[in-house]
Amino acid sequence: MPDTFFYAAEVMLNGLMAGVMYSLVALGFVLIFKASGIFNYAQGVLALFAALTLVGLQEGQIPFAHIINAIFGTDLHHFGWTLPAVVAIALTALVMVGIAIVIERYILKHLVNQEPIILFMATIGLAYFLEGLGDVMWGSDIKKLDVGLPQGISDTIEEVTYNWFGYGFFIDKLDIVAALVAAALVIALTLFSQYTKYGRALRAVADDHQAALSVGISLRFIWVLVWSIAGFVALVAGIMWGSKSGVQFSLSLIALKALPVLMLGGFTSIPGAIVGGLIIGMGEKLFEFAIGPMIGGATENWFAYVLALLFLVFRPQGLFGEKIIERV
Amino acid sequence: MFYREAGDFKTTYSEDSQTFPIKFDRIRYYAVLAVAFGVIPFFINDYWANAVFVPFLIYSIAAIGLNILVGYCGQVSLGTGGFMAVGAYAVYKLMTAFPEVSILIHVLLAGGITALVGVLFGLPSLRIKGFYLAVATLAAQFFLVWLFNKVPWFYNYSASGQISAPERDILGIIITGPNTTASAKYLFCAVILLALAWLARNLTRGAVGRKWMAIRDMDIAAEIIGVNPLAAKLSAFAISSFFIGVAGALFFAVYLGAAEVGESFGIQKSFLILFMVIIGGLGSIFGSLAGAAFLVLLPVFLKNVLVGMLGWPTDLAAHIELMIIGGLIITFLIAEPHGIAQLWRLAKEKLRLWPFPH
Repeated sequence: MPDTFFYAAEVMLNGLMAGVMYSLVALGFVLIFKASGIFNYAQGVLALFAALTLVGLQEGQIPFAHIINAIFGTDLHHFGWTLPAVVAIALTALVMVGIAIVIERYILKHLVNQEPIILFMATIGLAYFLEGLGDVMWGSDIKKLDVGLPQGISDTIEEVTYNWFGYGFFIDKLDIVAALVAAALVIALTLFSQYTKYGRALRAVADDHQAALSVGISLRFIWVLVWSIAGFVALVAGIMWGSKSGVQFSLSLIALKALPVLMLGGFTSIPGAIVGGLIIGMGEKLFEFAIGPMIGGATENWFAYVLALLFLVFRPQGLFGEKIIERV
Repeated sequence: MFYREAGDFKTTYSEDSQTFPIKFDRIRYYAVLAVAFGVIPFFINDYWANAVFVPFLIYSIAAIGLNILVGYCGQVSLGTGGFMAVGAYAVYKLMTAFPEVSILIHVLLAGGITALVGVLFGLPSLRIKGFYLAVATLAAQFFLVWLFNKVPWFYNYSASGQISAPERDILGIIITGPNTTASAKYLFCAVILLALAWLARNLTRGAVGRKWMAIRDMDIAAEIIGVNPLAAKLSAFAISSFFIGVAGALFFAVYLGAAEVGESFGIQKSFLILFMVIIGGLGSIFGSLAGAAFLVLLPVFLKNVLVGMLGWPTDLAAHIELMIIGGLIITFLIAEPHGIAQLWRLAKEKLRLWPFPH
């Protein structure tokens, strides 16, 4: 078979893997949107913040070192120890829970019953705040995140495919890990929401706030819970993205890509987030491969959005979203 | 005592339906105009023009434009930066292609071109609503920025990929280019803002504006009482984009002088202008101005305090500024979701009863 075919197949596979990364961010969006109807723009920044915190804890950075130095004229930067990755991840997860509690207590509680656009704006404000906080706490230089995940091109896959097709596929090991982690995450989330008490409460809240309240489910607790889970998902996404391309500000922009993923899959559907991510990841890589060179390249910047836009014109609720019913 | 309708007798219908029915408001309005056109141009220097007044005027135009779309017609848009880029590149192409035509006409034409592009990207709004639409407008943002980066025709094949404004004048007074005086920049933008704000105010309280607001409040109900959603939504997109295009043209030609599309008209600009609209107050022309003033002044103020007075490094100050802006936005939304315009309305209500509140 011609090499271009295999090359296209390889591009597609890599696209699928990139799509998994988008899905990881999109997953957090969907969780929050389902449970509270909030379109959480800050999800990307949450991932960035989680990754920054993780690196900071792991390397024993002193938080707020910059500002302390600026005020007192000292020259602090590190505590001088390094934490093992597992401990750092656990601590970061705790920090994300803390953030969830703070968000619920100081923002969401006061904005109950506001219009969706106001809540959306509040999450943009939150995104700005967290972005600034992350930089002030841990410094804004690009950091390397290494929690011991495998890196580089997978030799086994290259060998096996070479023996089968006479063409070696280049696939990043990290992408494979990300795909496995995403699958595990989705399974865990599904099990959690189907078979545990709190999972059921979560689904009840997603279904109908008032009915859930009337059977004695605490909305505020559920919100803290769902933001904590979203924070945890953000942490996973942050680890994956951070290991791939370093922890830096552009991480939160990559997360914007999760928006077209959501539109494609539907705001309210977890499988939609996964399928949407795969379609977008594959679509943009193939488009860049096939059409990109003809029109100047770098089409990945906009392809996802335009695809989602065109798709929505034909199916306004996305692939798996609930049908939008409007009544007067 | 002074601020009330009582005693201000209206004898014609046009007097009765004027924008400022209260005499005090009218006097205040003319006083503001007198200061803006009679005092500031004589005292303005380069620092004040570039740091405060010119960006304020230009962002006000953009904020009014976005407010028409989001606040009056209820269509959330995140593509403002992209539309400003259309205005900027349109005015650049016009300025270089037809040097003999007046810059004022170029700016207005650039607005018109942006209006056409806006209508094109507004078409999906007939099918897509709410947040889906907001994300769909991101397509406009990223696609347009990419387009201006990748097609050399738009930047006249210049080696750096930048566009820079040639020198143009009106009646012998230089408006664009490096030799422009502060007061010329200021006056040019101020005149355009005044004209457009007047236009927006009168559009939004007329039949067109009422149709927009009906669509905003509930589009199906509006359709049933005879508002054509196609015409209403697309006219909102067109007029809003016209304003934003004019703002983009001024931002490039008068304020920046030279621009690179990703840097000057990126997604951050879209959010900035959306913040101005939200903080100022959705559905209020005054709110757009107030929001623009607030978000132009805040960074200047913070920078002066943090860097100038406390002597902190600029990058740290920039991060703290982000935190403060984010925190303020949240505080504002919690304390007053309807923005500065609502505070202003409350103040006027209080003033009406003053000094006898009961």
